[in-house]
Amino acid sequence: MEKTVAHIWPALLDGLTTTMTISLAALLLGAPLALLLATAGRGGRGIRALAGIYLSFWRGTPILVQLLIIFYILPFLGLELDPIVAAIVALALNTAAFQSEIYRAGLQAIPKGEIEAAKMLGLSTRTIFLHIEAPQAFRTMLPALVGEMQALVKNSSLVSVIAVTDLTRRAQQVAASTFRPLDAYASALILYVAVGMLLAGVGLLIERRLSHRSEGQ
Amino acid sequence: MTGFIDDAPLYLAGLVTTITVSVSGIAIAFLLGIVLAAALRSRVRPTSLVVRAYVEFARGAPLALVLFLLYYGGPQFGLLLSPYVAGIVGLGVYGAGPFAEIFRAGLNAVPKGEREAADMLGLTRGQCLLHVELPQALRLTLPPCMGQAIALLKESAVLSVITLGELTKVAGTISSITFAVVTPYLTIALLYWALVEILSRLGRVLERRFAVKGS
Repeated sequence: MEKTVAHIWPALLDGLTTTMTISLAALLLGAPLALLLATAGRGGRGIRALAGIYLSFWRGTPILVQLLIIFYILPFLGLELDPIVAAIVALALNTAAFQSEIYRAGLQAIPKGEIEAAKMLGLSTRTIFLHIEAPQAFRTMLPALVGEMQALVKNSSLVSVIAVTDLTRRAQQVAASTFRPLDAYASALILYVAVGMLLAGVGLLIERRLSHRSEGQ
Repeated sequence: MTGFIDDAPLYLAGLVTTITVSVSGIAIAFLLGIVLAAALRSRVRPTSLVVRAYVEFARGAPLALVLFLLYYGGPQFGLLLSPYVAGIVGLGVYGAGPFAEIFRAGLNAVPKGEREAADMLGLTRGQCLLHVELPQALRLTLPPCMGQAIALLKESAVLSVITLGELTKVAGTISSITFAVVTPYLTIALLYWALVEILSRLGRVLERRFAVKGS
């Protein structure tokens, strides 16, 4: 019995849920590490060198290779993890390298005078970071962060290689069971593009919100 | 157990394939990007709208799916491609979108007065684009172009999903023969890293060579 296009949507939507979960988890897990990397320049020479090596590896090699290394290396470390965990770990370590650049630029954009003034007022480094640097940096970084999330959704399609049933993997399964690869892959492609556009729209919405609020102050 | 030296020819073959498909794919993406950028600026509304839609679409599409669509979906409408050709074409159409955006920004950065001057001198719009605007835009966009080329070189690893025997595929083959899983992937990671490093050095040399004097 030949399945029609309508039958493939539940499977694809299920895959899309996995895709979004993995991407979001990686984005959030990568953020603290990225922040550490972004502030590594303030540390000693050893820390800077380590951060440099980290960034060079995660930016200079293909994500697919990184993913496979993490997937195969974890059992060696005695960690028998679900492929989905390996996928999230790999993508989080990867996005940390790219997010760190966003945070660094965002923190740099804050006028030095503000931090000096805060120091004069006796605010602690922690307070300065949380209440002066972070909120301002967030606004300038938002477009880049939305871009990174879009990149993550795209990159997460590679987790299909380690048998995680994300949107791409689901499309492969549907293609194999319906013998209509064109329909399956084209549908999945449309879903990816739609999600990317949706993310861009949400980003614009938040941006407008934030700028309204700052104008009102 | 096969030694590392025995596997060297395999790695080398993979490396050669990675370099040839990447260079070809980047070349297609680059040239198609220029055409798309020119079309984006077209005064013919439908043309610029269609190209805008294409660029937006290409931005959100993962390369793996583009390749699946071409390689496995192609036969459904009579398009039979070898992994090699599908890989190069896939990389090209996938990479053209970002290149188009880069060139559009570059072309917009060329002062308007130059086009007006070219107009006055009797140059057609095409001549103006080819001889006045494009050379300047290319020079201005060299850094982002190199970044995009490096991104595509790294993305070429995805071509392994359509069974193309490039570096990543080679690592998979070797690991399935030798049961050593981590070493092959670390080896190719190093090779990719070296390729990326070479390309970015080349970019810096070109940037210095074509630097706009006095800026």
